[in-house]
Amino acid sequence: MLKKWRRLKERITPTDIVMWVIGGAILALIIWGSTATIAAGRYNSHHWFDFVIFGLAQGSIYALIAMGYTLVYGVLRMINFAHSEVFMSGPYTAYFVAAAFYRSDFLDQHPFISLLVIFLVAMITSAGIAFLLERIAYRPLRAAPRLIPLITAIGASFFLQYVFRGLYGSGFQAYPVVKIFEGEWAFGEFRILRFHALVIVAAALLLAALYSFIQRTRIGKAIRAVSEDKEASYMMGIDVDKMISTTFVIGGLAAGAAGVLYALMFKQVHFFMGFIPGIKAFTAAVLGGIGNIPGAMLGGIFLGLIESVGPSLFLDGLGIIAPYQLKDAIAFTMLVLVLIFRPTGILGERLAVKKA
Amino acid sequence: MSITHSLWKTGLKTGLIGGVVSVLLALIGMVEGFSQRDIINEVISMGHTLLLLVVVFITYLSAKRTTSRTKVLALVNSLVTGIVTGIFLVLLVILGNVVNLRSIFVNASPVLYNIMTFGQGLMNGSLLLLVVAALIGLLTGLVYLLPNLLRRVLVTSLSSVVLAGVVQDLLRPTLAAWGPIAVVSEWIFTANGLSLPGAIVLAVVIAIILLFWSFKGKAIQTGVKNLPSGQQRVLRYIGFSILILVFLILPQVLGLFLSEVLTIVGLYVLLGLGLNIVVGYAGLLDLGYVAFFAIGAYTAAILTSPELGFFHFSFWSALPIAIIMGIISGVILGIPVLKMRGDYLAIATLGFGEIIRILVLSDFLRPWLGGAQGVGKIPKASIGSFEFARPQEIYYLILAGCLLVIFISLRLRDSRLGRAWMAMREDEDVAQAMGINLVATKLLAFATGAGFSALSGAIFASKLSSVYPHSFNVMISINIICLIIVGGMGSIPGVIVGSVALVGLPELLREFAEYRLLVYGAALVVMMLLKPEGLWPAEIRRRELHEGEPKTTEQVLPPEGGLSSNEEGA
Repeated sequence: MLKKWRRLKERITPTDIVMWVIGGAILALIIWGSTATIAAGRYNSHHWFDFVIFGLAQGSIYALIAMGYTLVYGVLRMINFAHSEVFMSGPYTAYFVAAAFYRSDFLDQHPFISLLVIFLVAMITSAGIAFLLERIAYRPLRAAPRLIPLITAIGASFFLQYVFRGLYGSGFQAYPVVKIFEGEWAFGEFRILRFHALVIVAAALLLAALYSFIQRTRIGKAIRAVSEDKEASYMMGIDVDKMISTTFVIGGLAAGAAGVLYALMFKQVHFFMGFIPGIKAFTAAVLGGIGNIPGAMLGGIFLGLIESVGPSLFLDGLGIIAPYQLKDAIAFTMLVLVLIFRPTGILGERLAVKKA
Repeated sequence: MSITHSLWKTGLKTGLIGGVVSVLLALIGMVEGFSQRDIINEVISMGHTLLLLVVVFITYLSAKRTTSRTKVLALVNSLVTGIVTGIFLVLLVILGNVVNLRSIFVNASPVLYNIMTFGQGLMNGSLLLLVVAALIGLLTGLVYLLPNLLRRVLVTSLSSVVLAGVVQDLLRPTLAAWGPIAVVSEWIFTANGLSLPGAIVLAVVIAIILLFWSFKGKAIQTGVKNLPSGQQRVLRYIGFSILILVFLILPQVLGLFLSEVLTIVGLYVLLGLGLNIVVGYAGLLDLGYVAFFAIGAYTAAILTSPELGFFHFSFWSALPIAIIMGIISGVILGIPVLKMRGDYLAIATLGFGEIIRILVLSDFLRPWLGGAQGVGKIPKASIGSFEFARPQEIYYLILAGCLLVIFISLRLRDSRLGRAWMAMREDEDVAQAMGINLVATKLLAFATGAGFSALSGAIFASKLSSVYPHSFNVMISINIICLIIVGGMGSIPGVIVGSVALVGLPELLREFAEYRLLVYGAALVVMMLLKPEGLWPAEIRRRELHEGEPKTTEQVLPPEGGLSSNEEGA
């Protein structure tokens, strides 16, 4: 009996107990808060539907940005901190195209063509910035210890932010409104804002395209090979440098598209607009298990939903004032909670062995 | 034919890069923004200097990249680069005069074109610009071909003139209080830049000093080295006490603004030394370090501020409580992340930092923490009737804190615990196999770092007399990480150098606020590309990062005989 107890004691360390207590306490709080909120009945099903749609829209944007983080992490094992500026550069540059279309009334006459052009400009700009970033700042540092590229990325992030501030000015620019995406569509008794639908559909299409590109094409296969083992793929005749560049370009394309969706949703662009979505998307990538592509999508959508539904669902019932202020705190608490119980993220298994 | 082709290639390629860079520089507004100020009064403005410096730099690079052994080729290449860069600039001016670039690029104004053409109108000015760029290319090529010593002297003396011009509005008021020096300074400086004779004299004096040092410096150094060890020790003590004395009288000499900068640098040194233990010694990448800074500051604020009215502690009784709170929260936040590694750890700690800030900011906790308005009326620290109120006085408080923390870090580094941290940094699994208790070691690292950070936070609260949640955003954590890496990871002097370089310099150059972070970012990238071990690296790390490179004489490993004799004894 005593021996058994001792063995158990060896296996469960005090820190484990503390962790389970913390995790359990937060879970209990969430359950209590949710029941209290639902019991109080302050929100009806329309509210919840709106929360979920908003969360999905925001989450799919996070998912698109997170793809860039996770792809780059896969091939280089580095946090590309400047990815948020890659995200910002596209829509900010495309803003001038959009504004010109708007002034000439082209935007309202041919909304789909102009949106296509805006998307293309943004995606190409972001991809170009991402390509240059890798070529100039990261490639010489392949062999350096892991903190060095991180600092370089932080520096590049500042640099790009302030270059764009210098080029385009420091003010907020209002993104033009596309008329046919104003207003709402009704499904039975539920209503959905048109631009939310646009964002969700466009992001879903892009994510599907990206995923099948990575899974089905030769280039996608090569990228996956490089992230699995650089040396082995080099020996199999894969041009590793080229594949790393391609990875950055793909991440840039996704980020540029996500940027336009973000600008259409929040209707403004600014040189600092990348910072918060960037951190959120990185969180999403880690949440899903960094380096894991479906994980990044899942993590992004999960984070978007939690941020949108969480404050009202968990906190309102606890009688906390202005719960929406705490949405970021909820997002990060979820992150920490997930990492406590699954230190490698929701879907991350591969990297657990390799000391992520 | 192919030879002549490759002859141009380097020059052309570098010129394309130079053209893009210089056009970018003009378009982001740095040229125009800096042209208000002169380097040399009424001779050359800072905007022009910047533009021309880019040309100088790029043409020099072109000359240096010339692979051919024929020296004239370097000259040709730098000339070509100068011309190409010039063409780019001229194209920008012409394009800007034809099309209105301003609807996209806010800084592409007629003023900019006027500056770029030296106020000579479109045709003449463009021609002049091209000629100047080509001339610079030629001159740089010639400088490149000069003997090493001469080139170094020339470059250093000219760059010190530029530097003196940049910082003149800091130097001039400071030197004005200094009797005889004030006279000299008034002669060298004008209200806007250096005076022409002043600049010439400054350049010549610096050149002479450099020449003297390069001829006699070696002799002096070996002379000192050959002294008996007793005298060397005396010399070192003298040097050390002079250093201490300088630190003690510094704020009295420097005036209000510079002392304020010094206190900010000091606070970052405190923070940096704390994070240095977590990141530099123990290798745990913590991006939420600002949380402990916030906890220290808020603990001090709650305990002392009459505005909240919970407690009425004095600064000195609140300080230890703040530190203890920091240590406790370091352990509490450390426990959940014990099993995480690398980037998972980084993002989880970043999450903690943000959670703390958001909680403090929220209306929910406003009755206790003040919400977005923060907490005010925090009393200053005082000893007897001496109050640490002005920056010049708070400086001493921070200096004392820094000395204490430096002492502790030094002792910790060489202790058993420090060795355990470093073993863990190199490889966790091996460290555990060697019998290191990872849990205790990690938590001690988090706790020590957090304690230092909380100390810094408490001083920060009393310095500002108020705390706001906005002072504790994630950028502070990132800034501290950067200064540690730039200074040299795991190195205590590195932290100090890093704080001066990344916090002090940007504070000094406040008037260029718009471009501060741009330059900061570019400097970080360039620094990491060229000198990844940092400005003042710890010895071990420098060796690691330069593994395989030919060793210079100073870098020879410590005598291996000592090590092997130890093994024999064991």
